Amino acid sequence: MSRPITIGDTVRIRQAFPPGHVRTPYFIRGKTGEVIRLLSDYANPEELAYGRDGKPALPVYWVKFQQSDLWSDYAGQEQDTAVVEVMENWLETMDE
Amino acid sequence: MRRHHDMGGQAAGPVDTAERDYAPWGKRVDAIVRLMSDKKRRLIRVDELRRGIEDLGPAAYEEYNYYERWIASTTNILIEKGILGIDELGRRMEDVRARWEASK
Repeated sequence: MSRPITIGDTVRIRQAFPPGHVRTPYFIRGKTGEVIRLLSDYANPEELAYGRDGKPALPVYWVKFQQSDLWSDYAGQEQDTAVVEVMENWLETMDE
Repeated sequence: MRRHHDMGGQAAGPVDTAERDYAPWGKRVDAIVRLMSDKKRRLIRVDELRRGIEDLGPAAYEEYNYYERWIASTTNILIEKGILGIDELGRRMEDVRARWEASK
């Protein structure tokens, strides 16, 4: 993460494929979206999944994607979007 | 690489939206896992349960139904933590099978 996230930021989801319990769905990895809301800080499930304490807690954001960016064969309306909850450690801010 | 359980957006055909009633054993599994994860016990967390389900491998993931996945995952995690012993568990499973065979 290059700098703190602010609402309205364009972010790229890290294109990483680690083993373990990963909550970031495959279909958004490497994709670009817009941060539209901060939910709260949550204990990190990637750590909780192995019986550890999940600290430090991480902010979770709503990130909005264009459906046509997620699916190359998307046949719906052009303005359709998808909102996914993503933990901060999966977000990369874009150079401006 | 995509892990098997992470199947959002994959071709899967229509969703079966029929209401279904869970078998009594499934409800019992649900209750036991929730009791094991309550504030008093903290033997297993939902994140551990999910990790265990994701680690079952594609064949078992497809073969098992919802609560069978819970049983398999919970069992593995309790063994890892030393709460269940393999020998003890094997013997109990034998007993249950024998009782079931005798009742048929």
